[in-house]
Amino acid sequence: MSDTNQLAIRYDDLPYQVSAGRTILSALEEVGLTFVRGVGCRGGVCGACTALYRISGRPELKAVLLCQDEVRDGMEILPLPYIPQKKARHELTLSEGETPEYHVRKLYPEVNNCIMCGECTRLCPVDIDVMSYVGMIKRGDLSGAARESFTCIQCQACVLRCPSQISQPNAALAARRFHGRFKESPAEHLTKMIHKVENNHYKPIFRRLRRLDPDEIRALYQRREREPEETHPGTWLPDDRSYL
Amino acid sequence: MNRGDLTHLAALPRSMGESARLVERTREERLARSLRGKTFPALSLSVRNAWLADYHPDHQLDGKRPLKVGPDRGSQVPVELADLLESRPRAASTHFLNQESELLKADLVTDVLVIGGGGAGTAAAIAAAEAGAKVLIATKLRHGDSNTIMAEGGMQVADQECDSPAQHYVDVLGGGHFSNNADLVEALVTDGPKILRWLEGLGMLFDKYPTGRMKVRHGGGTSRKRLHAAGDVTGLEMMRVIQDRADALDAITVSPFTPAVELLTDDNGRAVGAVLERITGGKPLVVHARSVVMATGGLGRLHFNRFPTSNHYGATGDGLVMAYRAGVPLRDLNSCQYHPTGIAYPERKVGLLITEKFRGLGAPFLNRYGDEFVFGLETRDVTTAAIIRECGELDNGIRTPDGGVGVWLDVPLIDLIHGRGTIEREFPGRFKEFLGKGIDIRKLPLLAYPTLHYQNGGMVIRTNGGTDMPGLFAAGEVTGGVHGLNRLMGNALLEILVFGLRAGAAAAEFAQENARSDTPGLSHLQAFIEQLDQEKCDTTHVGPQLLPTYGAIN
Ligand SMILES: Cc1cc2nc3c(=O)[nH]c(=O)nc-3n(C[C@H](O)[C@H](O)[C@H](O)COP(=O)(O)OP(=O)(O)OC[C@H]3O[C@@H](n4cnc5c(N)ncnc54)[C@H](O)[C@@H]3O)c2cc1C
Ligand code: SF4
Ligand code: SF4
Ligand code: FES
Repeated sequence: MSDTNQLAIRYDDLPYQVSAGRTILSALEEVGLTFVRGVGCRGGVCGACTALYRISGRPELKAVLLCQDEVRDGMEILPLPYIPQKKARHELTLSEGETPEYHVRKLYPEVNNCIMCGECTRLCPVDIDVMSYVGMIKRGDLSGAARESFTCIQCQACVLRCPSQISQPNAALAARRFHGRFKESPAEHLTKMIHKVENNHYKPIFRRLRRLDPDEIRALYQRREREPEETHPGTWLPDDRSYL
Repeated sequence: MNRGDLTHLAALPRSMGESARLVERTREERLARSLRGKTFPALSLSVRNAWLADYHPDHQLDGKRPLKVGPDRGSQVPVELADLLESRPRAASTHFLNQESELLKADLVTDVLVIGGGGAGTAAAIAAAEAGAKVLIATKLRHGDSNTIMAEGGMQVADQECDSPAQHYVDVLGGGHFSNNADLVEALVTDGPKILRWLEGLGMLFDKYPTGRMKVRHGGGTSRKRLHAAGDVTGLEMMRVIQDRADALDAITVSPFTPAVELLTDDNGRAVGAVLERITGGKPLVVHARSVVMATGGLGRLHFNRFPTSNHYGATGDGLVMAYRAGVPLRDLNSCQYHPTGIAYPERKVGLLITEKFRGLGAPFLNRYGDEFVFGLETRDVTTAAIIRECGELDNGIRTPDGGVGVWLDVPLIDLIHGRGTIEREFPGRFKEFLGKGIDIRKLPLLAYPTLHYQNGGMVIRTNGGTDMPGLFAAGEVTGGVHGLNRLMGNALLEILVFGLRAGAAAAEFAQENARSDTPGLSHLQAFIEQLDQEKCDTTHVGPQLLPTYGAIN
């Protein structure tokens, strides 16, 4: 029966009739497939359900997330529950005189070979401009690369068809970490708090708190002062400062 | 909005579209009321308590039963969990039970075995490796496929001038209705600042001002702004950074797709390894270890009472099952967090969260007639109870084509209250995402239903992650006590790192101080099965479950 609510797809080279309007994952589960690998978060953030597909007879090969994308008629889907990766191991350190920009390129020298074909950007299932962040890493713009790649779910789809053998997501991960470690300013207020903790400033306060009986701690909880929503962090102080 | 124009409603299935029209009809009047500062009345204390008692899943005896065996015998827990805690072992372990004389020879040998490669497990592995131990992480799916990676909102740490670990402590206790283990809470809040610095040092990106000062926000139940975020992908950023750190350590080996199904214990009642199953089939693997860290996370995929869940695919409470069989007590198993704003439509998003900020900015909950039924800023548990009441007993919910039900969250009202552009500005991610699916949330309400979100209880631990069983440590969502009966948003991400690192360090120390055991075995399991038989427990349930029923491994 040809029903408009039914679509014909192939998954891992087997044919299925599935319901329209569902995600690929739930459509396949509905017809009895059970997934053991190739599913992780079911929320579009882990990349475990990455797959390649082609609409039968069409030229383009595309990438999808099975848990996010809707089934379409004629899809031929190849699941990729595991993709071997090149990942440079590093200690997040720089040698004397070395810049973080330089170090990231040293870990992933392939970025210099990007021919700007745009395959990666075309494939990315979460619409990241991959080619652009690769260019930023190449040019030493770590902050730009961190911003552009920030929502990368490391599905590795872009890697699959890169003619220059670049591991874009892993290079971006290194770029973000080196940026975070060496380019962002550390939080000074945090340093102060850590000193207070390390100097046992809170030990006596906790001793006091821990001795309170249930009614007293409840009362304390009830009369907490609430930091106003709109004040700039670091500008407001409570009246009762005996717990600071 | 042009009243005559109904094209945007075409994005919804017909039955839903009809109800959405009713929402539009009541919108102007609700706007006028809201602009006059009139809100839907909050419930009186007695009604709140009555609704909680009558409708909140934690308070229902329906769907619960007392445990018949084990350390928590007699306590009421959700049936799905009770069946698992009293289940029979999987074939992978009975295989070893039946060949009694054969020693469980090791396929893999390590100092510290970490079970679960989410945030808590990875932190434990890093701490153990840095303390000089050889570590094996055995995990069910790929390394990092976890609840951790899904966290959006942020992590609580007391770091501002107006804040302190002591202030944080009071918030955590109050949030948990004073049922928390105070020692664990003190450890949690005291390590917070150190953890934040650790993450900064690993190059994790946080929302910051150019000076380096952290941007902080309030979360439900906080007296100070101390929620630290990495955009709306805090867990993803955290997980990929600590995973990258673990990858750089030679002492850590990761074994993916090999969930643990049983602990190994020895004649002295010490945890000395585990049996791992290969989820793609094949012979199980036996791991001998000097100490074990349990970090298997939560149980949302058990779908108590058929609730949808926000959790990842592998959240099936396996650690609870393994630990319980080995005689480790659990606590607060009856207490789960049901997040009121789970998405109920479209299907691909069912169970996932939409942030409470929508409520905060004035989007009310409406039933299928477009009528409000609960005050917008009630606590999570009361709101959940109210929605369940509206959709269940009163049958005023909106049905979806795939058999779900929900209530409207009238998002478009936000732009009417706060001015055009507010929705796009405040929720750029969600706005884009729904628009991609043809749903313009500036014009259409969202359908919401409570989702099973977090397991408040779990394995009883000490401040170093230690349990009653020598050699067995635990950290993260699989444990109980830190949050008591109710967790505040942002404290789980802190918990997994604080106790992950503590448990890892303590497990490494234990491994250094204790020689390898000569008698790894399953005698605890044998004893547990005898108890099951004695109490005539149902023999049909097999556990741990590993995957949800719709993903069952044969
Ligand atoms: C959608 C969502 C949003 C959240 N938002 C926030 C937030 O904003 N702030 C906050 O503080 N908290 C938040 N939480 C809660 C928090 O993310 C989790 O509680 C926390 O990350 C749990 O970490 P974990 O390491 O204990 O477990 P997980 O991260 O789930 O890791 C457990 C790991 O163990 C594996 N595993 C399971 N069983 C076995 C087995 N038998 N053998 C081997 N491995 C196994 C799992 O597959 C998984 O990889 C959120 C949770 C969810 C689901
Ligand atoms: S950038 Fe590459 S790895 Fe990252 S989400 Fe896009 S396709 Fe996947
Ligand atoms: S696919 Fe490779 S070569 Fe092509 S643009 Fe992307 S990174 Fe460059
Ligand atoms: S299962 Fe995680 S992205 Fe699909």
